[in-house]
Amino acid sequence: MLTIKRVPTVLSNYQEDSGESRGCGRNCLGKCCLPVSKLPLYAFKSDAKPEISSSGVDEPPSDFFLNSLLLGGWEDRMSRGLFRYDVTACETKVIPGEYGFVAQLNEGRHLKKRPTEFRVDRVLQPFDPAKFNFTKVGQEEVLFRFEAGEGDKARFLESAAVGEANTPSVVAINVSPIEYGHVLLIPRVLDCLPQRIDPDSFLLALHMAAEAGSPYFRLGYNSLGAFATINHLHFQAYFLTMPFPVEKAPTERIPVVKGLSQSKVKVSKLLNYPVRGLVYEGGNTLKDLSDVVANSCICLQENNIPFNVLISDSGRRIFLFPQCYAEKQALGEVSQEILDTQVNPAVWEISGHMVLKRKKDYEEASEEYAWRLLAEVSLSEARFEEVKAYIFEATGLESEEEKIEPEENKGTPHQSSTTAVAANHFPEGCLILQ
Amino acid sequence: MVALTIPSIGRRAENTSPPSAVAEVMAGCSLRLIEPSLTARYSDWISEALDEIQGCFLITDPGIAGHPIVFASHGFLAMSGYSREEVLGRNGRMFQGPATNRRSVLEIREAIREERTLQISLLNYRKDGTPHWILFHLFPVFGVDDGRVAHFVAVQVPIPRRSRSLSEARCGGARGRLFGACRNEVRSDCDLGCNLAADLFVDVDNRGLEAEESREASEQEKERASDAANSILSALTQYSKLTGRVVSSKRCRLAGISPLSSSLILSLGRIKQSFVLTDPQLPDMPIVYASDEFLSLTGYSRHEILGHNYEFLNGPDTEVEVLHQIRQSIQVECACTVRLLNYRKDGSSFWNLLHISPVRNASGKVAFYVNVQIDENAKSDGLGLSPHMRQLGVVGAVKVAVRSLSLCAGPSRPSS
Repeated sequence: MLTIKRVPTVLSNYQEDSGESRGCGRNCLGKCCLPVSKLPLYAFKSDAKPEISSSGVDEPPSDFFLNSLLLGGWEDRMSRGLFRYDVTACETKVIPGEYGFVAQLNEGRHLKKRPTEFRVDRVLQPFDPAKFNFTKVGQEEVLFRFEAGEGDKARFLESAAVGEANTPSVVAINVSPIEYGHVLLIPRVLDCLPQRIDPDSFLLALHMAAEAGSPYFRLGYNSLGAFATINHLHFQAYFLTMPFPVEKAPTERIPVVKGLSQSKVKVSKLLNYPVRGLVYEGGNTLKDLSDVVANSCICLQENNIPFNVLISDSGRRIFLFPQCYAEKQALGEVSQEILDTQVNPAVWEISGHMVLKRKKDYEEASEEYAWRLLAEVSLSEARFEEVKAYIFEATGLESEEEKIEPEENKGTPHQSSTTAVAANHFPEGCLILQ
Repeated sequence: MVALTIPSIGRRAENTSPPSAVAEVMAGCSLRLIEPSLTARYSDWISEALDEIQGCFLITDPGIAGHPIVFASHGFLAMSGYSREEVLGRNGRMFQGPATNRRSVLEIREAIREERTLQISLLNYRKDGTPHWILFHLFPVFGVDDGRVAHFVAVQVPIPRRSRSLSEARCGGARGRLFGACRNEVRSDCDLGCNLAADLFVDVDNRGLEAEESREASEQEKERASDAANSILSALTQYSKLTGRVVSSKRCRLAGISPLSSSLILSLGRIKQSFVLTDPQLPDMPIVYASDEFLSLTGYSRHEILGHNYEFLNGPDTEVEVLHQIRQSIQVECACTVRLLNYRKDGSSFWNLLHISPVRNASGKVAFYVNVQIDENAKSDGLGLSPHMRQLGVVGAVKVAVRSLSLCAGPSRPSS
């Protein structure tokens, strides 16, 4: 049996007590407390009519509203001592080089605790109520509910009764923040969805990116096996007022001969970047774009390929990174030097924002190190092309390249999807010790 | 519980819907500042001088909230189809559209943030909605006195469709043959020949245009852009000498005070609340930034307060105990919220709910203090957040801006 030691990040103050079951009266987010609680509610305008994406008006909504709500709430929780450390006291810098990777020295982010077992050889795992999940989080960690509203304008209610009928989605603080304003978006918290993408939840995440209106507010998603810490559906988000290296990388459009012309979604390949990935943009409506990406993720999930997603540019550009770092780590294929820096390459690291635990690593951080680490995360060119073919098949697309040899490609993705995965991917019984 | 609606400016605002009241007020505020933006620095004769320069260009002022356009040349208005009134006071993003390459937008944003020159091809949209390719040449103009960016200039040179390899694939039929013949001719003449040929074929199908990933500018176009840029810079430099507020294309490094970068000022300008930033590293902890709302609240003008200590708001009936409390919090680098009597320029007093918080930059050390004021008697802005949350929202936004925007390339030791 292959094992990997890994020290996880704590996302909630209640995560440490995951073994105990608390009675209620603790004002948590479970079925016991939430339906009878009142929380601030931000109801965004839902996509009733088709939207002209990027109509040239890039301004955040009047008064920067969602940002004030989020940042004000965050600052309030800071003053109440709910965070494990003051992230603004952590030194941060741009690593000299062409891409401008961002490094942060943060010795407090990783908690030392007794190791627990957590399977990462399966991207899809059923929700386990016995393990820590977000229904156990205290309401003081929640900033507001974020849901689709009726009507043609966004609305805010400072204190709205949750009620029995609703399936509230909440925005909560991340108590081990990577940057100021780091929050978690938890869709339909009471439904206890496991960490897996579905079209509705992904659309909610895109709406949040659009609603914040700032290209510097991004959302990220890590699948199981790609360094998600908790098997309860959540996205992460925070502000960084500069471009991520991955956003600066050149892209090359993948010409599509059929399938996407209706929705006008553009798919490109990331070039000249250590991690191979796809970039999605365009679409007549936010939902069109959301559905193509969500279906791509679902394809990866069903083929047991771990992946990360970065939602950037206010929801206009979405990066999809299939990855294989955990597998390589289990097989002992990652150099000890890189392992010693204890960077788990999840979505933010892949995008170019690295949190380093040791002063030595921070001071010596170089673009070459970042590149080497991220290169370990990437699928090989051949494997990436295979995975790209599964995705295109699953989303009903036919790329121009495939047209060249139609006979060979017909049926191949289906056959290879199950067998190839078993052969190339995690050996049975692969576990990661935390 | 009253549900409060938020005026929907932004992505979801339809192009045809009338601007909300808030948007009108915002535009109105900018317009009052537009003309002085140029005349205060370059004298009343600058508009005439700029009108004599051929070419399409815009001048923007990053010191005004929203980074609005303060000048648009005749050539630009003719090219884009807009009238002067439709353009002044608006941000340059208004010319972008659905097929504008997002990475190019990112590059422009970053060039502004880093206060440097940029030249890229860009797809812009005219007033009638038709897209067109331009060579976009952006450069900053620095004030010699304070080292800050006084204005950005954006020169735009149209890039016509040509028979390069990219658009060749889309040429069909007779057109393709024409260019095919052209390529077999003497190559050095090909440019000229192809350009002439291209002009004969009007592109009525805009979809073809939007499908182009990029369009390279020729050396001719780049030269036209540089020439226009030099003429504009020359005019601005010359006329700035008339007012004494001289500009230059290069930033003069000042010993001592490093001014707030224009990107930080831009970010702070988006926060529509009364607040100031003070600098604890400088003697007497002077105010280094004041929002427009602070000026409205207190009645002072920006020149009167920048560089001064915040205490001028205090007066005879301000409680000494509270001032002591503030000083103590600052000593231990802690935030505090107090209620104290403050005085406006005209001598009238108001109860100020004041929140003060340290703000750290990328080094992790305290770089500023942010002081957020709320006039107790002021009407609520109706957006639903309590005054305290609104104050904290300002603190959060300032913290994000200061931390991120002070991130710069830090030295790295080579590994031993």
